[in-house]
Amino acid sequence: MEWFDNFWAIYSNLVLTLGTNALLALSIYLTLSCGMLAMANAAFMGIGAYTASILTMNYEMSFPVALLGGMAAPMLVAFVIGKPTLRLSGVYLAMATLGFGEVVRVVILNTESWTGGALGLNGIPQLTQWWHIALAVVLALAVLYRLRRSKVGRAFEAIKEDETAAGLMGIDVNNTKMLAFVLGALLAGLAGALNAHLTFFIGPNEYGFDRGVEILTMTILGGIGSLAGPVAGAVILTLLPETLRAFSDFRLVINGVILVLIVLFLPKGIWDPALLRSWFRRRGT
Amino acid sequence: MLKLQSISKHFGGLHVLQDVNIEVPQGTIFGLIGPNGAGKTTVFNLITGLLEPSGGSMTFDGRDLAGAKPHQITRLGISRTFQNIRIFKEMSLLENVVVGMHRHLDYGPAGLLLSLPGFRAQERRARERALELLSWVKLEHKAHQTADNLSYGDQRKLELARALATEPRLLLLDEPVAGMNTGEKVDLMAEIENIKSRGYTIFMIEHDMRFVMGLCDRIAVLNFGRIIAEGKPEEIRNNPMVIEAYLGREDDVADEVQA
Repeated sequence: MEWFDNFWAIYSNLVLTLGTNALLALSIYLTLSCGMLAMANAAFMGIGAYTASILTMNYEMSFPVALLGGMAAPMLVAFVIGKPTLRLSGVYLAMATLGFGEVVRVVILNTESWTGGALGLNGIPQLTQWWHIALAVVLALAVLYRLRRSKVGRAFEAIKEDETAAGLMGIDVNNTKMLAFVLGALLAGLAGALNAHLTFFIGPNEYGFDRGVEILTMTILGGIGSLAGPVAGAVILTLLPETLRAFSDFRLVINGVILVLIVLFLPKGIWDPALLRSWFRRRGT
Repeated sequence: MLKLQSISKHFGGLHVLQDVNIEVPQGTIFGLIGPNGAGKTTVFNLITGLLEPSGGSMTFDGRDLAGAKPHQITRLGISRTFQNIRIFKEMSLLENVVVGMHRHLDYGPAGLLLSLPGFRAQERRARERALELLSWVKLEHKAHQTADNLSYGDQRKLELARALATEPRLLLLDEPVAGMNTGEKVDLMAEIENIKSRGYTIFMIEHDMRFVMGLCDRIAVLNFGRIIAEGKPEEIRNNPMVIEAYLGREDDVADEVQA
């Protein structure tokens, strides 16, 4: 097991980041699978991270309570801002949620007594164990898998394809969208809370526009046709910067290029069973 | 069953419907005809809650429909198809129909997450019922194909099966045979007769005169947002106002209507 200890000593952080990124990709997958381009996931991650960190640092709460707080706070916020914004669609929803993300960042910057402002929070206890993250990912996948196979998953897909027709099938469109949005916020908040207790330090700029685009890129890259898509996208986009260390200055450029290429050439993402099968067949013959 | 009383609708200064009174009796096939732009689809959009009427009242089995959202209207027992087909193209036929059963699947979060027996039984029953509905429109052999691959006529039939999946008592059909060939029309006519005989009430908009005259028990004629005639098919066929308004020139009309 010596090789494993060595591996873990060097790469544990990377492996655990894979897990939190997978949670983030799944969080935006929820809203995308319901046909909404909501870009608030980075902000929800930030709300979760700050809430959980403040709970453990200032109020000396136990870790499970902090995690619960880190999930509940973004859900509550999502519920409040979802009421007016989920009536919007397409780019208007994207713009409204991006605006919300900026509001969250500015609020964090200006509530120094709680959040440390621009300096961020330092010395967050490192309570996150590897199995916390593994369990969170497995649970998230299990719940989402069950949702997909039920009337809720079908309602998401129906709304994505045709909102009007979905409503006339007896689906409560507004409440279903709200459910996707709030569950997405829960997952993002959980990822934020776990991540904060892993990295020792959090600052307001970690949860800004760049992070939002990165989350979106992971899921678009992987595709939303299945649960494997967002996870695959998260894995690729987490490992890519490691393998391309020499170009680290261009990380955001590379992410942008990936997003454009995927949208142009693989609109269903790379995890598209039909596409994979056809590639496989071509190689076989 | 369905009663529209002095319904009007205007978009800004444009009066689309004025003082429209329609009563659809239970167990009948009721037809709404009229030239293009007469406001027929608007009537359906008002009934299904996609638009709000500017005036008048609508009741379904004595219940006021004012202000109800589309999904609430569906839950009262009204379902519809669209003139420009709106099926879920990326789903299979079976999934399309099962979506329509949304409100009839009432398992809680626990059943759903843990795949409890109750959940599985309900899902299985929904699938069986969906196959049965697909067999009504003779599409059961294509149940697992993607809806997008269907021919135009088959897409209309799928929409009909999906509308039936909500277990409506009143079915609104918006131009059910538009774009179909003669053979398909004859098939669909028989299928609509079958659906009626199963106890559904049908309210349809249609352009195809032979289809409307052959199927409907009663017909209302809408022209420029007003009902100009209402009655049995033979009364409508011989109503000079209808003949004049519907096609304009009298010599052409006689052929068309009798055809």
